[in-house]
Amino acid sequence: MNAEDKLVVRRISNGTVIDHIPAGRALRVLGILGITGDEGYTVALVMNVHSGKLGKKDIVKVEGRELSKEEVDKIALVAPTATINIVRDYEVVEKRRVELPGMIEGIVRCVNPKCVTNAPREAAKPRFRVISREPLKLVCEYCSEYLSEDEIIAQLAGS
Amino acid sequence: MSFRGKDVLCIMDFTRNDLERLFRIASSKFEGDELRGRVIAMAFFEPSTRTRLSFETATLRLGGGYIGFDAVQATSVAKGESFSDTIRMLDAYADAIVVRHSLEGAAKLAAELADSPVINAGDGSKRHPTQAMIDLYTIWKEKRGIDNLTYGVLGDLRYGRAAGSFLRALNIYSPKKVYLIAPESLRPREELLDSLKMSWEFADLSEVLPELDVLYVTRIQKERFPDPAEYERVKGSYRIDASLLRDAKSSMIILHPLPRVDEIALDVDSTPHALYFKQAANGIPLRMALLREVVP
Repeated sequence: MNAEDKLVVRRISNGTVIDHIPAGRALRVLGILGITGDEGYTVALVMNVHSGKLGKKDIVKVEGRELSKEEVDKIALVAPTATINIVRDYEVVEKRRVELPGMIEGIVRCVNPKCVTNAPREAAKPRFRVISREPLKLVCEYCSEYLSEDEIIAQLAGS
Repeated sequence: MSFRGKDVLCIMDFTRNDLERLFRIASSKFEGDELRGRVIAMAFFEPSTRTRLSFETATLRLGGGYIGFDAVQATSVAKGESFSDTIRMLDAYADAIVVRHSLEGAAKLAAELADSPVINAGDGSKRHPTQAMIDLYTIWKEKRGIDNLTYGVLGDLRYGRAAGSFLRALNIYSPKKVYLIAPESLRPREELLDSLKMSWEFADLSEVLPELDVLYVTRIQKERFPDPAEYERVKGSYRIDASLLRDAKSSMIILHPLPRVDEIALDVDSTPHALYFKQAANGIPLRMALLREVVP
């Protein structure tokens, strides 16, 4: 992290720093993690700061919460470049890259209104296979409909 | 490989060898009572004539019995019972479940919920694997093979589950060429086109007709057109009659999953091209072969 960032956000004692989020997507990352602000976590969010690697990037810091591997993988849907730093007692104890799993379950819904996963009261959870990582493209396991990156982002931004 | 206990959800789950084995069994005119003591559930959440009656006939001919419904009005579904709960119940009653539903992926969901094998008798607008098996079987019998033939697939290639399944089925083989003959608004979806491994192109029927070995015709429904005037404008280009067939090879066969409305004129029925009634009749031996192999 460069000096400029340090001026904006102080270090956290315990929790998670999600760095190298593509510029403008920090709110979506929070959305995926289900952090609305009501949970009481201290959350710092930096958008559109300079990054040597990405040009511009966003950063999210969540005090008092360590992300599970599953949560980290979900982040890959909207922020495939993100890096995760787990902080304990002001020290980074673990660094992880996000990794898009081959199968995405229950995070996004199918865009096909006739898909069984969109039927109310049925036991089908939306499940998608990743068929392209760049650009992101998923295919519904039930009805074979494609889900594009734009549709995924639109859904996650709305959630 | 054995199909015993296996779900039949999509034609693409089958290999050439699997299909070849089914075709050989179906064409052997076998009789038997392999389903004696077995109960097959016919869960038709959407109306069907041919598919349901042929599954029922195939079950009876193998000595089995069946339960089921073909109108949800007469079941607890009308009271609000979910599809999932209905399937769980049928799974407890029957040795296999044949399911048709208007929702895409309903058969896959049923297969996840049921221990008994589930046979997809058409779900949504994309999959109808046993129809595709019958289509392939008819070609296999008539043409002594499925590879190296030139195919025309005509009609509603977007919402018609039979046409979509047939195209997926051709993927398992090596056709010489496949022509897709459809109005622009009824061309196949991107994901289906992406999955086609053979050489294909969009075409007009009159241009490619002389090349075709097999013409697969499906119905174009007026309701699919946002503008009725557009339907009136294009419908003539997708209608087959005996005079049009003068340009076709004498050996060209016409298939149609039925029901036919007016896309194939009655004067075609008496030509040697018309294979669609034979194709419908093939539904019995093929579904008998499938039930014999699948039901535990």
